[in-house]
Amino acid sequence: MYRYDEFDRDFVNQRVTQFEDQVRRRMSGELTEDEFKPLRLMNGLYLQLHAYMLRVAIPYGTLNGTQMRKLAHIARTYDRGYGHFTTRQNIQFNWPKLSDTPKILRELADVEMHAIQTSGNCIRNVTSDQFAGAAADEFADPRVYAEILRQWSSLHPEFLFLPRKFKIAITGADEDRAAVQVHDIGLQLTRNENGEVGFVVYVGGGLGRTPMVGRKVRDFLPENDLLAYSEAILRVYNRYGRRDNKYKARIKILVHETGLEELKQDIEKEFEATKDGILNLPHEEVVRINEYFAPPSFEALPKISMELEAAKRENRDLALFTSRNLNAHKAEGYTSVTISLKPIGGAPGDATADQMDVIADLAERFGYDELRVTHEQNLVLPHVKLQDVPTVFKILKANGLAEANAGLITDMIACPGLDYCALANARSIPVAQEISKRFEEVKRQNEIGDLKLKISGCINACGHHHVGHIGILGVDRKGEELYQITLGGSADQNTSIGKIIGRGFPEAEITDAVETVVDTYLANRLDEDESFIDAYRRLGDQPFKDALYGA
Amino acid sequence: MKTITANRLVDGDVVWLGHNGDWVEFVEAAWILNSDEDMAKALEFAKSGEDKQYVLGTYAIDLELKDGHLQPKSLKERIRAQGPTTRLDLGKQAEQHLRSA
Repeated sequence: MYRYDEFDRDFVNQRVTQFEDQVRRRMSGELTEDEFKPLRLMNGLYLQLHAYMLRVAIPYGTLNGTQMRKLAHIARTYDRGYGHFTTRQNIQFNWPKLSDTPKILRELADVEMHAIQTSGNCIRNVTSDQFAGAAADEFADPRVYAEILRQWSSLHPEFLFLPRKFKIAITGADEDRAAVQVHDIGLQLTRNENGEVGFVVYVGGGLGRTPMVGRKVRDFLPENDLLAYSEAILRVYNRYGRRDNKYKARIKILVHETGLEELKQDIEKEFEATKDGILNLPHEEVVRINEYFAPPSFEALPKISMELEAAKRENRDLALFTSRNLNAHKAEGYTSVTISLKPIGGAPGDATADQMDVIADLAERFGYDELRVTHEQNLVLPHVKLQDVPTVFKILKANGLAEANAGLITDMIACPGLDYCALANARSIPVAQEISKRFEEVKRQNEIGDLKLKISGCINACGHHHVGHIGILGVDRKGEELYQITLGGSADQNTSIGKIIGRGFPEAEITDAVETVVDTYLANRLDEDESFIDAYRRLGDQPFKDALYGA
Repeated sequence: MKTITANRLVDGDVVWLGHNGDWVEFVEAAWILNSDEDMAKALEFAKSGEDKQYVLGTYAIDLELKDGHLQPKSLKERIRAQGPTTRLDLGKQAEQHLRSA
């Protein structure tokens, strides 16, 4: 587990003190809203439809039981008893009072948390694989590098006023669970022929109104050049990124307008001037930070747990849960448990304060006090003994947290949409709920198999609809909510941007339309091993178009 | 028919301009603006509300009568006036009992 150091503690406390004073000056009128807005945004505080919204950072999605319990406490004391986990591995509180936010930030600081870099045109919190440090298919813990990037980027004086926000994601496994190719910088840990650790580097990925897949700028960036190279990318972006139009200000537009080769040359030139200097990352430092993320002392356990196998034979629900919500662990006899925040008919990503407390307890009792937030709006107990899974499942089930749907159609991403968000054009949550109910039947969901459905309530694409196998975008058409379907998107190692399939559907018809798409897949797949995305890539969009709009 | 809406500075709560330059918590109690003169006066109140640090982000919205009830015309403003459509226990809709108080 990452250890806060004195620098972090002082810095965060100092920030809270500053913010207390800024809120006081705002309420007394010494600061106008125009003056205050950038200050509150630097501390994660937005104004949404009904109230303020506080976005709390959970760097690379890692937290412990004490921190989760604090989030529960904040939800209960200062909010309306729940929180919303987001696609940036953060949590949002939807109802805090401005006057309470300094107190909330002080409480967060007590457990080494904050809301810095969750907003504004800065380098945002680095995101990562939710199974980091646990997954069997991982060869290096990406959080170590995410933390090094955090230390480099926190309050980096040169990059506090970028043309636009800047997002970095990193993964340490071949299977990309962190959507790195749709980030401003995407890093994929790799090894060269000499066995040295380094990174494949992608630049210019992103969603929003101009979705783009990141372009590879380095096949192998040596570990010690990570910061110098990142600095070079940021410098080029800071210098040439557009500031005249916020919709064209992300680095993806710069890559597109400048051309990859020219931009690569600019980055390499800047890198040449920066490398081997103060930003050189010595391996000893990586080793030091690595110790911060030292795995727990795993016990020597048999690969298969007889207790779990016996319990599965007796309990069909448990068997189903283990078939979907467990991820292979690097230590024998252990597993990572996905806690789905997608109960049938629920709001994706929402958890009540009571549920957060239960999850904190589970982490402490059965999970070496570790928790993760996934970018798919679920939670994870990364290190659970297989033999403890039946008990964990029982407790999850008793608290409405045992939906056995990880990776299935009802495990969908949805942004808060027009029910909460000031930017949204249409609602997302009711659409997600209707689709969830339509596909409630366990047998049917499992027959459909792996399917990523993602819903956004506006073109800013917080719900990642562009990279959903099935994506839904809500738009406002003359005062009516209309939902466009995109097909064929993906955010894994084979990232692709979905294609709009045709005209949109009103709210009353969108669930039927999704069902038509799914039925078309089922009718046309080669066999049950051909997933939705594979079938779509083989078939193209014509059968789906024909089914939706007539031949 | 129009009215002026804003968020209250201290807690972000949705409010509408009342008849005397006060700010009310339910749209039914808002000042309905039917003339340019009313609008001009209302905008002065709105500016004053911002200057006094009571509200922020004031703007005018369209209202309509639906089934005898006054409501904002756009879905977004109706959601602001009521609360999340998926959580009837939250927002103004959950405080119905306060309206008649």
